[in-house]
Amino acid sequence: MSTQVPADLKYAKSHEWLRVAGDVGTVGITDHAQHELTDIVFVELPAVGRKVKAGEACAVVESVKTASDIYAPVSGEVIEVNKPAADDPSLVNSAPFAGGWFFKLKLANPAEAGALLTPEAYKAQIGG
Amino acid sequence: MLKRTPLFAAHQRAGGKLIEFGGWEMPVQYSTITDEHLCVRRAAGIFDISHMGEVIVRGPVAAAFLNATLTNDVRKLVVGLGQYTLMCNEQGGVIDDLYAYRLGAEEYLLIINASRIEADVAWLEQRLAGVAQRAEVSLTNMSDVSAAVAIQGPKTPGLVDQLFPGASSGGTVVARPSELKKNEIAQFAFAGQGVCVARTGYSGEDGFEVVAPASLIEAVWEAALKLGHPFCLQPCGLGARDTLRTEAGFPLYGHELDENTTPIEAGVGFFVALDKGEFVGRAVLAEQKANGTKKKLVAFKMTEKAPPPRPHYPIWAGGSAVGAVVSGTQSPSLNNGIGMGYVPPECAVIGGKIEIEIRGRRFAAEVVKKPIYKKA
Repeated sequence: MSTQVPADLKYAKSHEWLRVAGDVGTVGITDHAQHELTDIVFVELPAVGRKVKAGEACAVVESVKTASDIYAPVSGEVIEVNKPAADDPSLVNSAPFAGGWFFKLKLANPAEAGALLTPEAYKAQIGG
Repeated sequence: MLKRTPLFAAHQRAGGKLIEFGGWEMPVQYSTITDEHLCVRRAAGIFDISHMGEVIVRGPVAAAFLNATLTNDVRKLVVGLGQYTLMCNEQGGVIDDLYAYRLGAEEYLLIINASRIEADVAWLEQRLAGVAQRAEVSLTNMSDVSAAVAIQGPKTPGLVDQLFPGASSGGTVVARPSELKKNEIAQFAFAGQGVCVARTGYSGEDGFEVVAPASLIEAVWEAALKLGHPFCLQPCGLGARDTLRTEAGFPLYGHELDENTTPIEAGVGFFVALDKGEFVGRAVLAEQKANGTKKKLVAFKMTEKAPPPRPHYPIWAGGSAVGAVVSGTQSPSLNNGIGMGYVPPECAVIGGKIEIEIRGRRFAAEVVKKPIYKKA
């Protein structure tokens, strides 16, 4: 069972992924992160309308053992959150890149995404 | 440098995720905490508890020495029986909680917490120095040469009978390990050597703990995994050990218990035998048993959708912060946040409404009876 690192995404060192479509970025946590956390039992999402800066803690994911902060990989305004993931946190385990996404940002500065890791660089970071 | 148990290589082979725990490098999980937890509730799990300490107390005045040092009454122990007990300081604060087994007429085995081995042995030696018949009691710290596993779950009786076939050779006299009753201990043969098997555990399930020479434990572990296949036995880590004991409402040293907390405050006064005569901490414990305490341990369940409670989160009641969580998790059996914490006695009422503060927000919870989870 190898760890998935989709080729069409950008990655943060802190294990979030970013999918950019126009001026909207969708954020979630990677397959590697959900595998390391195991058994996700709670997801706390930011308020819609909140403005976040790149690197700012703005969500929380909790496994049986620990609570971990989720950081905004880029700056922007939260325009949508994934309520189904808050209702059923196991979605983050089963579909980290699909149904288990966390929130969408209206990007404040699309160029910031360029500073994130490429799939190859992220793979190297996690030793994949 | 973290200490490793003799099962370190076995954990690596089994895919265990290793973490630091009280100075030891131990497996927190092999599959997932929830999976291992539910496996113990439904079938069987095996845990490495070799980090725990073993101390042998021997001699004609061993019983008198232990009775003056521990809170429970060792005179209740026939050969082959054990009891939960506590070791307190003069203020009644808990130095450690432990199991004391009577292995022979004048021989006792103490199973102590990994993080407390040094403190316990220092305290016992200091106490020993004050014994009048000093030559009549000896203390041997076996922690470095002994190892142990816990085999827990409803399917374990059949497994231990296969693992240690035959009758006991010491301790409680039984034809097979599964004939042991709760808290009984006996010696059995394994690969030509002696191991101690006790019917006890820390999971709230039926189960056994096996104490063996360090050089033998890996063979016990591997044999258990092999024979355990038809019993759905899984290796389980400290993560599941913690969620299982929290559901059962068992204290963990460093969380529910410490040197500033008494057994009465921690709700384990049942294991304090005030009627046995003088022992360390007795005056304070007798006073608290008669007049009450300033804080009391309660178990609680979250009553609304909430993040899992965690240690140090504030507990609120009647609009003010009244205490703090000491253990908390998402219960895998109940799929609900559960925990334990200290509150003033007036808040320690079963069914009482409290709130747990989590990241600045307060979530509703209710004080419940222990065990927090019990099989229907």
